[in-house]
Amino acid sequence: MSEHDIKSETLGEPTRRDFLYLTTGMAGVVGAAAVAWPFIDQMRPDASTLALASIEVDVSALQPGMSLTAKWRGKPIFIRNRTEKEIEEAKAVQLAELKDPVARNANIAADAEATDIARSAGEGKENWIVMIGSCTHLGCVPLGQAGDFGGWFCPCHGSHYDTAGRIRKGPAPMNLAVPNFSFISDTVIKIG
Amino acid sequence: MSGHSSYEPSTGLEKWIDARLPLPRLMYDSFVAYPVPRNLNYAYTFGAMLSVMLIVQILTGVVLAMHYSAETTVAFNSVEKIMRDVNHGWLLRYMHANGASFFFIAVYLHIGRGLYYGSYKAPREILWILGVVIYLLMMATGFMGYVLPWGQMSFWGATVITGFFSAFPWVGEWIQQFLLGGFAVDNPTLNRFFSLHYLLPFMIAGVVVLHIWALHVTGQTNPTGVEVKTKTDTVPFTPYATLKDALGVSVFLMVYAWFIFYMPNYLGHPDNYIPANALKTPAHIVPEWYYLPFYAMLRAITFNIGPIDSKLGGVLVMFGSIIILFFLPWLDTSKVRSAVYRPWYKLFFWIFVANAIMLGWLGSRPAEGLYVVLSQLGTLYYFGFFIVIMPLLGLFETPRRIPNSITEAVLEKSGKAAASA
Amino acid sequence: MKKLVASILSLGILAGAASIAVAEEGHDLKAAVEHAEKALHYPVLKPKHINWSFAGPFGKYDKAQLQRGLKVYKEVCSACHSMNLVAFRTLEDLGYSEEQVKALASEYEVQDGPNGDGEMFTRKAIPSDHFPSPYPNTEAAAAANNGAAPPDFSLIAKARGVERGFPTFIFDIFTQYQESGPDYIYSLLTGYQEPPAGVEVPEGTHFNPYFIAAKSLAMPKPIEDGQVTYDDGSPQTLDQYAQDVSAFLMWAAEPHLPERKRTGFMVMVFLAIFTALIYVTKKSVYANKEH
Repeated sequence: MSEHDIKSETLGEPTRRDFLYLTTGMAGVVGAAAVAWPFIDQMRPDASTLALASIEVDVSALQPGMSLTAKWRGKPIFIRNRTEKEIEEAKAVQLAELKDPVARNANIAADAEATDIARSAGEGKENWIVMIGSCTHLGCVPLGQAGDFGGWFCPCHGSHYDTAGRIRKGPAPMNLAVPNFSFISDTVIKIG
Repeated sequence: MSGHSSYEPSTGLEKWIDARLPLPRLMYDSFVAYPVPRNLNYAYTFGAMLSVMLIVQILTGVVLAMHYSAETTVAFNSVEKIMRDVNHGWLLRYMHANGASFFFIAVYLHIGRGLYYGSYKAPREILWILGVVIYLLMMATGFMGYVLPWGQMSFWGATVITGFFSAFPWVGEWIQQFLLGGFAVDNPTLNRFFSLHYLLPFMIAGVVVLHIWALHVTGQTNPTGVEVKTKTDTVPFTPYATLKDALGVSVFLMVYAWFIFYMPNYLGHPDNYIPANALKTPAHIVPEWYYLPFYAMLRAITFNIGPIDSKLGGVLVMFGSIIILFFLPWLDTSKVRSAVYRPWYKLFFWIFVANAIMLGWLGSRPAEGLYVVLSQLGTLYYFGFFIVIMPLLGLFETPRRIPNSITEAVLEKSGKAAASA
Repeated sequence: MKKLVASILSLGILAGAASIAVAEEGHDLKAAVEHAEKALHYPVLKPKHINWSFAGPFGKYDKAQLQRGLKVYKEVCSACHSMNLVAFRTLEDLGYSEEQVKALASEYEVQDGPNGDGEMFTRKAIPSDHFPSPYPNTEAAAAANNGAAPPDFSLIAKARGVERGFPTFIFDIFTQYQESGPDYIYSLLTGYQEPPAGVEVPEGTHFNPYFIAAKSLAMPKPIEDGQVTYDDGSPQTLDQYAQDVSAFLMWAAEPHLPERKRTGFMVMVFLAIFTALIYVTKKSVYANKEH
């Protein structure tokens, strides 16, 4: 700045003009940025997409060992009524064996541990598991009751999830996400 | 664009135009009288092929857009309507779909030529960087174009590739939703991809103009890597280079036509003839062949690197494999330009080519067992070539004797040929 | 370096093992099934090759065969499989007259409407209609078929292709092999058999070593010898039915194939002449220049 001042003085130019140049230039930049914003902002998900569309799913027909897939926000939701054996297997896993020790359950604390109960629908409804069926690696849909741990297996890049939907092997970094959901009656689940 | 102009308007009309907008002069100086090294071989005709392919893609694309609908419920059927009902629609669509592949074939040959003959070295750094920008734009355009038919591979390819961005910490999810316009690939995604797929080729054309401008400032390299010194080193662009280019392009078009007319679906994937289904992932998601080496490198990172988890690591490696090309002019420390006089570089170059082909093959395999190990080795060599081999080779390699001028090299060669004949 | 050598060696061993497995396929289907199951690599057997009339640079459809294939589709496949991208009017490609196409279309009922009262109604199909689906929607199709909706047949001949493997896929460029779809359909239709002793298939599925995604599929054997009556004296065998319907489905997926190959020949001839002309011109220009 000082160099600039000296230059102006030696040239005998008024510094006020420099100031005007600067101010006008800045105003132009601010104006251009303000115009650019709507053009960028329109790319974000629009109001209809953002509207927290929730769905209600009737699960009365699901016997233990049966699953269904519902669609929510363009993604599949896995709902499974787990068998006793699957619950036992999931419970038997030590937390230290898990690749991702966090529950990833939107209904409980964000840093809750990934125990089987924290992954399921909770006390008394441990047989129910509700997850976003989108592999945490790159978003493919895992196949049910497949893979090395009898849970889910993603055919795209070979991620194996256990019967509680926790990542056990393969490139996926996180457990399958559990969305916000609640039982509004004994047989109807509300997602979202 | 460099040197003085030899254009002499002869008729009154030509003089009239020349005094107002000297476009004929620019064309004459750039594509007729423009001096090119006399020893250019057929490896220097790939640029002409690329220009032709860009024009083919823009022309076929513009007419296809007259029949295509970018809406998820009708996109697939509108493509089939082009294939079945639109007059010559099948031809235009197959030209466009295979044209993308042949565009990439030509660009890979062109890049390989540049690597072999050291075309990226001073004073052609900006020329090279503009080329890498074009390549990046081509990849973006090709990716978005592949989504438009809205088949299973379109949908899942888009899901996987936009999934890359979710790997970045904190901002990743926001970027992903910003690109998709929603929480998953859906109608907003298809719409914006169509818009951008239409826009990007014109941006490519713009950068191509800059690329050619930069080329005409520095002049072409040539197989010897020795700069043009005297007038005897060069020949005029027309008819010498024009005819050689025309021959290269013509042979290239024959191969292209072979695919369009006799095996139009060879380079595509059968699953893309199944309409997109958001609830069902195909058994193997395979990107288009021209992305396969990068896909293999993405999947090669199966381990965490310090605080970087394997997912982000893979994405960084994949982007890095292209970004590194920007720095190539400064990574190569050798004073010698052409691989012809660099025995070791030549060897490593061909290993690099073989490695790239191997990575491409691995990218089409499932990511398991031995394939992963090979991908990791391939990735290691890919980066090692740029980061280790190139800088070190310049220091240790003893180049062969370099001719004093292009003319000398040419006379030497034809002398040898005459002697052996 | 050691790792590299080890990888190459083990790759070689793996390839060797794979080729042994392939060699044994003919003798021991059971071993092949087990091999496929272990590697999760289907189909168990590669498709058989048929000499199609539409293969090669001068290929064209055999109209009589397409007509027979249409008959098989109408009488057998169409009970479950829709073909919603194919319009009746295009059946003229098969050699039918306009009148015959009209009659063919009128055998089907399509939904139209709403009429003046706001009701949807059904009417006889006309040539501009497409083949209607046997089910009102995909969910109904799935519900009627044990949860697996039968795929639409408009593009099935292009939507199925068994990977050819290295190095066959390179030779394919020169032989112009583009018939993996019809080869696959033919192999699947003729491939139903009892599972070899010791191979279990899930309940409700049917063993077929040519099925692309598993060792068995939900669709039972759809067609038997003598099930469809041919009027042109062609053999009424499963083999013939399978060939005819595969050819028909290829036509359905790629109706402009003969036109494409015809145009291609003219383009190739033109390009050959053009290239030769450029070559001669170039040669004469370069004749007086050292290069």
